[in-house]
Amino acid sequence: MSGFASFALRRAFWIVATLWIVFTLSFILMRLVPGGPFDEERKVPEEIKRNIEARYRLDQPMYVQYGEHLWRLIWHGDFGLSYKLGDYSVNGVIAEGFPVSASLGIFAMVFAITLGTTAGVVSAVRRHSFLDNSLMTTATLGIAVPNFVLASLAIVLFVFTLKLLPAAGWGSLKQLVLPAVCLGAPYAAYIARLTRTGMLEVLGRDFVRTAYAKGLSERRVIVRHALRGALVPVVSYLGPATAGILTGSLVLESIFALPGMGSHFIEAALQRDYTMAMGMVMVYTLLLLVMNTLVDLSYAVLDPRVSIEKL
Amino acid sequence: MAKQLSSKPDAPPDGDAARYAALLGEARELRGVSLWQDAWRRLKRNRAAVYSLYFMALVSLLAVIVPLLPLQSPLDKDLKNRIFLAPNLAPVRLGSRADLRFKDGSLTSELLEFEQQIRDLKQSLKQASESERAAILQELEAKYETDPLAKLWHAPGPIVRFMLRVRVSLFRDWCIPSICGTDSLGRDALSRVCWGARVSLIVGIIATLVSLVIGVSYGAISGYLGGWVDDLMMRIVDVMYSVPFIFIVIFIITILSAEKNKQFLDNLGINQLVIFYILIGAFYWLTMARVVRGQVISLKNEQFVDAARVIGAGRARIIFQHLVPNVMGIVIVYLTLTIPAVMLFEAFLSFLGLGVSPPDVSWGLLVNEGIKVITPVKIYWWLIVFSGSALAMTLFSLNFLGDGLRDALDPRMKNR
Repeated sequence: MSGFASFALRRAFWIVATLWIVFTLSFILMRLVPGGPFDEERKVPEEIKRNIEARYRLDQPMYVQYGEHLWRLIWHGDFGLSYKLGDYSVNGVIAEGFPVSASLGIFAMVFAITLGTTAGVVSAVRRHSFLDNSLMTTATLGIAVPNFVLASLAIVLFVFTLKLLPAAGWGSLKQLVLPAVCLGAPYAAYIARLTRTGMLEVLGRDFVRTAYAKGLSERRVIVRHALRGALVPVVSYLGPATAGILTGSLVLESIFALPGMGSHFIEAALQRDYTMAMGMVMVYTLLLLVMNTLVDLSYAVLDPRVSIEKL
Repeated sequence: MAKQLSSKPDAPPDGDAARYAALLGEARELRGVSLWQDAWRRLKRNRAAVYSLYFMALVSLLAVIVPLLPLQSPLDKDLKNRIFLAPNLAPVRLGSRADLRFKDGSLTSELLEFEQQIRDLKQSLKQASESERAAILQELEAKYETDPLAKLWHAPGPIVRFMLRVRVSLFRDWCIPSICGTDSLGRDALSRVCWGARVSLIVGIIATLVSLVIGVSYGAISGYLGGWVDDLMMRIVDVMYSVPFIFIVIFIITILSAEKNKQFLDNLGINQLVIFYILIGAFYWLTMARVVRGQVISLKNEQFVDAARVIGAGRARIIFQHLVPNVMGIVIVYLTLTIPAVMLFEAFLSFLGLGVSPPDVSWGLLVNEGIKVITPVKIYWWLIVFSGSALAMTLFSLNFLGDGLRDALDPRMKNR
């Protein structure tokens, strides 16, 4: 347990340090922009602008503003107000968008893992069969086709031609299917390839032969004995896959008009809503770091050769 | 020594000279196989990689000679007659659109007239007196503004303009019909896909080169110096790794595209594409740096490095002249794998409206335009399928090629 505690502490330290670096860099970048939220197309009179700036302490030197921002963020978890969305704080938008993005991401991840491992195991067990070849060709294609191209084609096919699924929007499970599948597909393909390679390696090992020799059923050997070893490379791929799914959700949320963090982030970027974009970057960084930590943890759980002290 | 050699039973009896000649002949027969020849041989045996190589060569060639091909204009809009035409074979003539007001409705005659007028003006400029010169120069300038080529193609540079001129004299007004359909503004989709290839490939290659320079130098320096410098440099890489850089890049693009910054950067001659190269290059070097560092660490205690040090080579010289050439194999593998990643990223950003902006075209932008016009009433599938598959096939073959190269350059696969 002390191993776990020190692991958690070290990770927590790195997460905080990274977040702080991201915060500082984005703050500096943000303030490098000449002009603030109050000078846009319509000019605000000079006196009013001065007053507003004094009210929001924009007239203070940089380091004072930096300190205050950091303090508000740490103490109140407050990212500030949106520059562009009327009557919205960054926190409010994140609170609204997070559940949407999270369900999309989790759905996509579950889809990718289930489909990927199943296809990989089937391919490895029925090696060089027609099924294996067609699965692996599909997987190679799935890796190469960018998710937005896939999503466009899927919309044309499933929404407008076959009329099976709704095109966009949020609220029902049906509306989540298409974006989640398109988001997860490339990762399912990659996981399938990894699982197949891992399975093929493990299936040749002595312990698998022993398991067969004991008279266990093929199903039991594969699921209980071989799969565990074959999944190690898959688990280590989950880190990059999470990052990819987070990024991919930007595009898919925009395409399918889901009111998640991703579409808000893109909107913020297009509208130059700096506080919003910065808050989103921080949240995404935090998410990614936490997910990576979890992945490393599961790595240690799955592979007895990996000790938690060394992570 | 000579005795041992001659003790072979079938050694020729008539002295050393003939024996040495035989040995020499045998040595001539043997061909040394360099690392690259060996790799090339193994690559050739990988059919998928070879086809990918052919495909990439074809796409690159196409991207280079696009201005020479008899394509329609990628920019010329025709909102009246040509919106959303499905793929068809109806003939199209360059410059025939009425609103262009080209002479005889033909680019060729308009271009000839334009060039004649330019020649005339230049002629009169030569004969003109001092006082008239300014007026004529102004007229010439105004004339250049009406360049018919610039109306059909976006800001052609001198080389592109020359190629377009050759194209006009070769094919005259004939061009390939809209076999890929036309888009929401009546522009030819085939032509746009071909011109998009230029931007997509150039972004991929240049941004990868930027990342190559940063990654290789960083990794080699870190690996060679070792000690606390190495620790520090690799810690920085670790931190950068854990940051979702795509979000940071989008954030930076957001900030740089603010009106005032844009003006400032424009004055420096930096446009959005250049920012793009630099930003991608600045984030895509991490893996390269790690790989190169690992290689350099394993190489730096080799004898050739000691030898270089003994004859007085400085650190920089050892790193960049002795170590870096030795890691080129693996660098090339990562290069071929970085190019598709960068192209995908460009497509991704352009798709979101944050990358390449009109009137430039790239594949990502084209897919975005395609998806924007999908409606339940009518599906313009050709606007997605052609640009999307161009992008997918290029990424596909680059990935295959990278994998093939990795196998080919892997010393463990030698002589298999």
